[in-house]
Amino acid sequence: MSTLTVDKAGPTRKVKYGSMSRDRAWALRWSYFFLILFAIFSLVPPLYMLITSLKSSAEISAATNPWWVFHPTLSNYIELLTSNQFLRFFWNSAMVAIIVVTITMLISVPAAFALARMKFWGSATLATGVFLTYLIPDSLLFIPLFKMLVMVGDWTGIQLINRWYVLLFIYPTLTVPFCTWIMIGYFASIPKELDEAAIIDGASWFQTLTRIFIPVALPGIIAATIFAFTVSWAQFLYPLVFTTSTDQLVLPVGIITTLIKGDVFNWGQIMTGALLGAAPPLIIYAFLMDYYIAGLTAGATKG
Amino acid sequence: MADVTLRKVVKRYDEVEAVRGIDLDIADHEFVVLVGPSGCGKSTTLRMIAGLEDISDGDIMIGGDVVNDVPPKDRDIAMVFQNYALYPHMTVAENMSFGLRLKRYPKAEIKSRVDEAARMLDIVELVDRKPKQLSGGQRQRVAMGRAIVRNPKVFLFDEPLSNLDAKLRVQMRIEIKKVHQKVRTTTVYVTHDQVEAMTLADRVVVMNHGRIEQIGTPNELYHKPATKFVASFIGSPAMNFIPCRLEELAGKLHVRLTDRIAFPLPPARAARYQRIPRDDKLLLGLRPEHIAEARPHPAPGVETFDTVLDVTEPMGMETLIYFTLEGAQVCGRVNPNAGAQDGAPLRLAVDLNNMHLLNEVTGVVL
Ligand SMILES: Nc1ncnc2c1ncn2[C@@H]1O[C@H](COP(=O)(O)OP(=O)(O)O)[C@@H](O)[C@H]1O
Ligand SMILES: [Mg+2]
Repeated sequence: MSTLTVDKAGPTRKVKYGSMSRDRAWALRWSYFFLILFAIFSLVPPLYMLITSLKSSAEISAATNPWWVFHPTLSNYIELLTSNQFLRFFWNSAMVAIIVVTITMLISVPAAFALARMKFWGSATLATGVFLTYLIPDSLLFIPLFKMLVMVGDWTGIQLINRWYVLLFIYPTLTVPFCTWIMIGYFASIPKELDEAAIIDGASWFQTLTRIFIPVALPGIIAATIFAFTVSWAQFLYPLVFTTSTDQLVLPVGIITTLIKGDVFNWGQIMTGALLGAAPPLIIYAFLMDYYIAGLTAGATKG
Repeated sequence: MADVTLRKVVKRYDEVEAVRGIDLDIADHEFVVLVGPSGCGKSTTLRMIAGLEDISDGDIMIGGDVVNDVPPKDRDIAMVFQNYALYPHMTVAENMSFGLRLKRYPKAEIKSRVDEAARMLDIVELVDRKPKQLSGGQRQRVAMGRAIVRNPKVFLFDEPLSNLDAKLRVQMRIEIKKVHQKVRTTTVYVTHDQVEAMTLADRVVVMNHGRIEQIGTPNELYHKPATKFVASFIGSPAMNFIPCRLEELAGKLHVRLTDRIAFPLPPARAARYQRIPRDDKLLLGLRPEHIAEARPHPAPGVETFDTVLDVTEPMGMETLIYFTLEGAQVCGRVNPNAGAQDGAPLRLAVDLNNMHLLNEVTGVVL
């Protein structure tokens, strides 16, 4: 681009444009420098995990080069993938994540629609309030939440503590506010005339939501889904506090509690478990990101 | 199809009164244009007819039924928006058929209606495209198609051509007129462009500050404006207003513009203005085409005077001239061969048979 401009601008302006493109070149160099630095920082740990996961316990404890595998083995993978316990963690995590994402979307999409479009008394305040709740850290919330659930158990006799499904009640307190907030933004960017046209065409509010808003705001919905999934998949504090029996644990807690026995760290399996645990979010990102970006570039909200 | 009636319709937003009591009768098949400057309450009025805004006071009737509390979908109206408001994820055909599909029309019926509308609007080859693959003019056609297939009682247009470039706007204007001649659906059309209003309307409603200034056919508004606002809003270049007063000279009623210039009024005008007090501050309203170069034998009622031009604008078939009278800038239209030049003197003729006299304070045309 810039070199073309130089040719066309002629000799008098060459200096100015030249210095501009030199600035640009430097800016590019710096951004690449930091991008590469950042990439190294973020890629080295997983690489180290991969290397370690391919080693036997003997090789790990032997004082060889930690960055190289001399006797690669899949034994860690085979052991974990055939362990009922590990598969149980995986299953619990998957159930929690899928159901939480579903609950979250079922609540936040209509909530965001209502807050973005139906002007009712206090809707603006409510929209801000929704976001503020997200700012309260979960390390503050878990004690009162625990108390509440114990009380619910005492009153109703329904025991929720130490059941994997207790997380279905808890995670939405994290995901719903943020996803609602994202969706309010997306819905607000849809021109008002679009729902007015739909209403004149005879659509009810519900049909306007399902047949116009959801398809048009699909990129936003996917972004919110990714967020909700990541949060439920990676949560550590809540499952650590609310679940204790081995068969009720989700992956992050399960790996830590079963693969660290006292002061014995089964590093190979810990790394393998962590890598396997990171796979589903990666796959979902890879699959949905394409969709997400395609949706963005299509200019979905431009009539 | 139906007539539309507004009775003392008022719209209040918390502080502001956007529409202040509108009475309007729109006949079946009629094409009515609401025109006025931005913010005068045109869109609000249209949206109240559509049911998109609640009315604060008054009644709206469509086909004789009061629809004040009827939701938009049950009013049997269709609306075309300035930004088209096409559903971006649907094809042209899906956009047009959305309303019919919601009402569960049979597939064959939907298809035949969409085909017919597409043919009428010349968009047959576009029906499988998405809105983003269309040009502005094509999107506008689709938006109209969406209204047509519903076969509603009333069409509502809110500045549908404002997003198009000037050339396309003229073309689409003709297109809208053709469609109306074919389907004959009662139409309420909102625009701030007086040319659009004049060219499209059976009747024009000129609005200002939430009120109706005047209702009339384009010709009535042009030749018999009721107020200074209408007189200056309709017509381009706008009507000239020159401060003046009435004076009796040698037993004949004159209109005096300057110490130097006073014109005797034609008998019909003199009779009409006879009872106006002589010291009232008045404005002489003259359209540019009634100020032209002087000819050798002026017709009765045509008076001549000399002036020095400020600026001339040759337009090809005519030349617009600008000069100053009593501090007012005045525009006239002369023949290109009349010898009008910037800064040059010229003898002009005003046709007082087409003059208007306005009260300077109230703005009422007398
Ligand atoms: N939702 C609203 N809240 C408050 N004031 C409004 C609202 N909509 C319109 N108005 C006011 O009502 C007046 C008329 O607006 P509108 O009908 O859109 O004008 P027009 O279409 O003639 O340009 C304007 O002064 C505008 O500021
Ligand atoms: Mg408007």
